[in-house]
Amino acid sequence: MDTHPKKRLEIFIEAPALSRVSHILDNAGVPGYTVLPVISGSGDSGPWTRDGLVSSAGGMVTIVCIVDEDQMDKLLEKVFKVVSRQIGIINVSDCQVVRDAKFQVH
Amino acid sequence: MQDALALAQNNLLSPMVLFFALGFLAAAAKSDLVFPEAVAKALSLYLLIAIGFKGGVIVAERGVDTTMAMAITAGFLLSAVIPFIAYAILSRISTLPRIDVAAVAAHYGSISIVTFVASTSALDALGIKYEGYLVAVAAIMESPAIIAALLLSRGEREASDPGQSDGLMREVLLNGSILVLTGAFVIGWITGPAGFEQIDSFIVDPFKGVLCLFLLDMGLIGGRGIQRSAKELRPPVILFGLFMPLIGASIALAGALAIGLDAGSAALLMTLAGSASYIAVPAAMRVALPEARPSIYLTLSLGITFPFNLIVGIPTYIWAANAMIGV
Repeated sequence: MDTHPKKRLEIFIEAPALSRVSHILDNAGVPGYTVLPVISGSGDSGPWTRDGLVSSAGGMVTIVCIVDEDQMDKLLEKVFKVVSRQIGIINVSDCQVVRDAKFQVH
Repeated sequence: MQDALALAQNNLLSPMVLFFALGFLAAAAKSDLVFPEAVAKALSLYLLIAIGFKGGVIVAERGVDTTMAMAITAGFLLSAVIPFIAYAILSRISTLPRIDVAAVAAHYGSISIVTFVASTSALDALGIKYEGYLVAVAAIMESPAIIAALLLSRGEREASDPGQSDGLMREVLLNGSILVLTGAFVIGWITGPAGFEQIDSFIVDPFKGVLCLFLLDMGLIGGRGIQRSAKELRPPVILFGLFMPLIGASIALAGALAIGLDAGSAALLMTLAGSASYIAVPAAMRVALPEARPSIYLTLSLGITFPFNLIVGIPTYIWAANAMIGV
């Protein structure tokens, strides 16, 4: 089966900042993204968990987005503007997709 | 004095406080007890709907008067002014960076709706009446403190990223907890006693049990927060978390006397002014002041001030309101 090379952008960010990042992705015309809840973890500030939380502060989410390589730098720059001030990490990796048409920029 | 001791004893031995203590002890003992996030949020929604609806029904029964408008104005002013007082005190007694001080100040200007719910529960248990519109006062007190904190931290914010707070006020005003509380209040007001009869078995009978469950969760979260952040909370900051509620409540008592609130309503206004937010404001601060440390402001609000109010503050506010105004 033919596959197509893409870039996978994975953003771990505090839940209260989610709407800002998704706004950037929407405006950048990315074809789609997925938001996943993050249950618990550990980082600079020690271990944390979202169990029992009522406020979105203290919770984290992951945003996964797959785009063309030539889109990545511009997108990364915009996303990093938000993430750089928050608790969070960004990672970019290579991936292959089957249906290329699903990942075309709007 | 005997009244004060009896109040304190009743409060300490109430199921609500004991369940909170159980959560705190479970956290200290490193128990694996957890509330899934969805359950905690559902319990919180239930409490907001119940307290909002009941408040609206009371207003429908008793009608609107000028005291209601004055109480709402007083609540707004308290929420706007207390952050400046909190900021002035905390910046003098601690070495915290200004951005942390501003974030803490916002929490103390805003309110804890569960402390308010616990206070209404204590008043109900004592048979002390209060006005239903205090729910509207609670809703109005959520947001002005956030604006005050943004003003207090203007220099730092402009230096780092001037556009970060764009759209923040919309998010704050449409925050889920404020929306549900205000919406339930309006629905209770519109439907009145007839509406109350239709759902009273849902919002009255399970109320205290749900509150116990929620406070068990709050005990767990507060206890675990203290364990994680104990090193960052210096004694002056902890002291601030203990005496700031009393300062806020004292100002509220003066306001309650000035506008002629009854003792129960005055105790509730004091509870609101003496409480610190841990739902709406922390989320707003993560966006508006992301450099401020949640390990300071969230632990102070939830781990120090919330238990203080639950155990000491609420009976003190009820006693002081009764002593100054009379039942």
